[in-house]
Amino acid sequence: MTSPAKTELVTVNIDGKEIAVPKGTNVIEAARLVGVDVPHYCYHPKLSVVGNCRMCLVEMGMPAVDPATKAPVMDPATGCQKINWIPRPQIGCATNASPGLHIRTQTPQIRDCREGVMEFLLINHPLDCPICDQAGECKLQEQSTGYGRGYSRFVEQKNVKPKRTQLGPRVTLDDERCILCSRCIRFSKEIAKDDVLGFIDRGSYSTLTCYPGRKLENNYSLNTVDICPVGALTSTDFRFKMRVWFLKQTNSLDTESSVGANTVVWSREGVIYRITPRRNDAVNDTWMADSGRLLYKAVRAESRLTAKDSLAALLARAETILRLSPGLAAVVGSGQSSVEEQFLTRQLAHALNAPAYLVSRTAEGDGILVSADRNPNVRGALVTGLVSDLPQPYLDDLGEAIDRGDVRTVVSVGEDLMAAGLSATQLAKISVIQLGTQVCASSVAASVVIPTLTVFEKAGTMINQQFRLQRFAKAVAGPVGAFDDLEVLARLIAAAGGPAEPSDLAGVWTRLAAEIPALRGLSYAAVPETGVVLDASPWASLPFVEGESLHHRPALVAASA
Amino acid sequence: MPAPAQRRIIFQHIDEPGYTNDLACYLRHGGYANLRQAVTRKPEELIDEVKKSGLRGRGGAGFPCGVKWDLVDRKSGKPIYLVVNADESEPGTFKDRYIIHQDPHQLIEGIMITCFANNVKQAYIYIRGEFPEGARILEKAIAEARAGGFVGPNILGTGYGCEIYVHRGAGAYICGEETGLIESLEGKRPYPRIKPPYFPAVLGLYQCPTIVNNVETLCHVKKIVEIGGEAYAKIGTPNNTGTRILCVSGHVQRPGYYEFEVGKVTLGELLNEVCGGPLPGRRFKAVIPGGSSAKVLRFGERFKGKRKIGNDLVDYDWGVEDVPMDFDCLAMIGSMGGSGGVIVMDDSVDIVAALANINEFYAHESCGQCTPCREGSLWMKKISARMVHGEARTEDGALLKSVADQIAGRTICAFGEACSWPTQSFLAKFGDEFKAYPESRKAAAAPAVPLA
Repeated sequence: MTSPAKTELVTVNIDGKEIAVPKGTNVIEAARLVGVDVPHYCYHPKLSVVGNCRMCLVEMGMPAVDPATKAPVMDPATGCQKINWIPRPQIGCATNASPGLHIRTQTPQIRDCREGVMEFLLINHPLDCPICDQAGECKLQEQSTGYGRGYSRFVEQKNVKPKRTQLGPRVTLDDERCILCSRCIRFSKEIAKDDVLGFIDRGSYSTLTCYPGRKLENNYSLNTVDICPVGALTSTDFRFKMRVWFLKQTNSLDTESSVGANTVVWSREGVIYRITPRRNDAVNDTWMADSGRLLYKAVRAESRLTAKDSLAALLARAETILRLSPGLAAVVGSGQSSVEEQFLTRQLAHALNAPAYLVSRTAEGDGILVSADRNPNVRGALVTGLVSDLPQPYLDDLGEAIDRGDVRTVVSVGEDLMAAGLSATQLAKISVIQLGTQVCASSVAASVVIPTLTVFEKAGTMINQQFRLQRFAKAVAGPVGAFDDLEVLARLIAAAGGPAEPSDLAGVWTRLAAEIPALRGLSYAAVPETGVVLDASPWASLPFVEGESLHHRPALVAASA
Repeated sequence: MPAPAQRRIIFQHIDEPGYTNDLACYLRHGGYANLRQAVTRKPEELIDEVKKSGLRGRGGAGFPCGVKWDLVDRKSGKPIYLVVNADESEPGTFKDRYIIHQDPHQLIEGIMITCFANNVKQAYIYIRGEFPEGARILEKAIAEARAGGFVGPNILGTGYGCEIYVHRGAGAYICGEETGLIESLEGKRPYPRIKPPYFPAVLGLYQCPTIVNNVETLCHVKKIVEIGGEAYAKIGTPNNTGTRILCVSGHVQRPGYYEFEVGKVTLGELLNEVCGGPLPGRRFKAVIPGGSSAKVLRFGERFKGKRKIGNDLVDYDWGVEDVPMDFDCLAMIGSMGGSGGVIVMDDSVDIVAALANINEFYAHESCGQCTPCREGSLWMKKISARMVHGEARTEDGALLKSVADQIAGRTICAFGEACSWPTQSFLAKFGDEFKAYPESRKAAAAPAVPLA
């Protein structure tokens, strides 16, 4: 391990406030640190700097020195070193902090610059905010309120451009609204590595479009919608569905792979409308895959499991089954469960004195934000001690145990046993107690089905490929007839004759902190929004399937490099 | 005092009967002797000669050529490129095309000397898309020069090698802006780069140090090597050395190109004597002295101030006719020498329509990268076109100026100034006509345009 190079700090002065920032920090970011807003459109912290919107113009100056002696030139009026101000305004995004840099953002010249750019951006903009999906989260709206003149001098005809181009299966483009900031073009090229977007024509008639014969259909296309500062790029799925100011935001996680991209779930009155990425510079920056944004569709899917019976009735039937063949049970846990659920699953296996299995879910990783391990929380199963090794591709061991007659009852915590490798014949030999949210072969064959909650309907934590423990919160309430996973598991443990386990998050965390070495001293509330990295050394030798991706270099790769 | 005679250095053989653009003719006239001499000298000496000569770039900005070469990052270990800007796209300018069409080997010799002086192994001539004939001539000339051992892997047996490639543009004004040109040369849209950090001298073509010089400038380099930097510096006037080709177009008796020592001829001498004065029965009204983006001058206005001659500060009080045609004097009176395109307008010109024409050009040519120029240039075009087409308002002049003021100084490249200076200067000099325009349009029928 090499320690990160120490970043040199330089002191800059922004609107009279001094602040020390790492050398090279640009003026927009430095200003943010002192609470000064430098409005901008094209600049994005995770993309290359192009400086085309000209909204972030600021006045820049450097302390004066005598050219011959290099001695500071003092200003007799103030007693301080004189500042040589550059007469032309400079763009903040491409101006990097250097020792003594002085910035002014509140001068008449800068006010005039911002008013000018705002006016220019609006003259050919359709101003169709009342029917625009971006309204409420539109930089053009916000900055026109904050920095615009508030009236129009434009009496000419506006430019006409294509209004509803389908750039791909998920993204719709309104070229008239586009302010040509090129964020989407840079994203496609630099992050998604799929250089399909570009401008055609020139001047004010410049038009964003896809390369002929190509589509914006990569699995990251919806990030262009997120970073579009205006309503030009909209999500075909979300378009015209809901006003953003009505939506509640809940921090969550992308559970499609072990990357654990941080997300925000947007919901209203118990209905989820969209999922967007949440910035985490150590995990997903400001991005997430399109596939992860559709996961909420499972909440109200046709195949959603709900029960007509009460939980007590379901548990009574489960208890009967468990008592039928004592000592011949197995527990199939899930890498999709939360850490808390996996802990209780382990406790259930202990109570039943049953072996615990984990279902593997792997596919090719994309090297960006979808990893090869499509289970979001295999490491949770390791950390909680549910399993001690990585899961086998299929449940062959369990199948053999069933065939031998060693296993007569299987508790499946959210996994489809058939998809996981058991045959219909094997399923027919056993009694299945199925927990889960969706109808599957396993639930159809099960003796008891206990519907549970999706990730959006409960809270918990997961551990991603970096061994980063991250929280997700409850966005919406579960449907009638679905039961909280922790409660179901705690009561199953009791039904199996185990000790009393807590059925609430705080209670489980008291147990986790006490029992799991890697989680010692932690609590759910204490996990920061950006997660906390756990000590992974006990599992360092395991051959994890993940390859390299954004902000993740597998330990084995790193060691061999 | 009669106008001084032309001094043709660059245009020595242009339009000369019997002079052809092939290598044989060039060699008959002593061609490539300067290159032969140059490759026997130390490259640093050649750079010194250019510095001593005081040569200023002829593309438009008038930046000292020697300083430009000095700024090149020679320690990076990366190759250094020379890019020849043959995009000659400033309206009113037509000098480089004559060099390319009639005397291409002069340019190639200048290029090779520059390459040798700067240790350049690859040079690109970026020629505008509208010069297909010029591109063909250059390709042929380069092939001849290669066959003659003046271009290629082993130049004149010295072991020094340098290739020249011709790259044709696709017809965009912005490709004349050096960083836009470089982007275009790299195969991208010609969006000018932000400076800092992308100064061509450090991060130019393919992120390597790059020298971008105008065609005429490189021909001057050849002349400097021929006669020496100090001798060259004696041509012209101090700080405005050498000769300069002035391209006169518009309402004069004899439009065309004329080569004078810089600063030796005044605007009045040029227009009245060299070009034969205004058309019969007409009077000069306005002149743009350095390509269409330069600020317009109004005949009848006076410029007063002090200027430095030698070590003395001297008062000057000039009419438009008295202004010497050099970089400094034209800058002093608020315009610029620019690319040397002198556009003359007489009293038949509707000044608002003239501005509308210029605005249309710049709106069409704005690359569209940054907001003020992209939106402002088209807005100015829309306003001025509407005025001309009969819906002028008295406040339009003030609005035009306000829009222009929101562009200049706030853009990525100098196009912001190029497109706003005409509007700013037309309004400053002819504001009265803009104010009176709505009324005058109501009163007068469209003037009949005499067909020559």
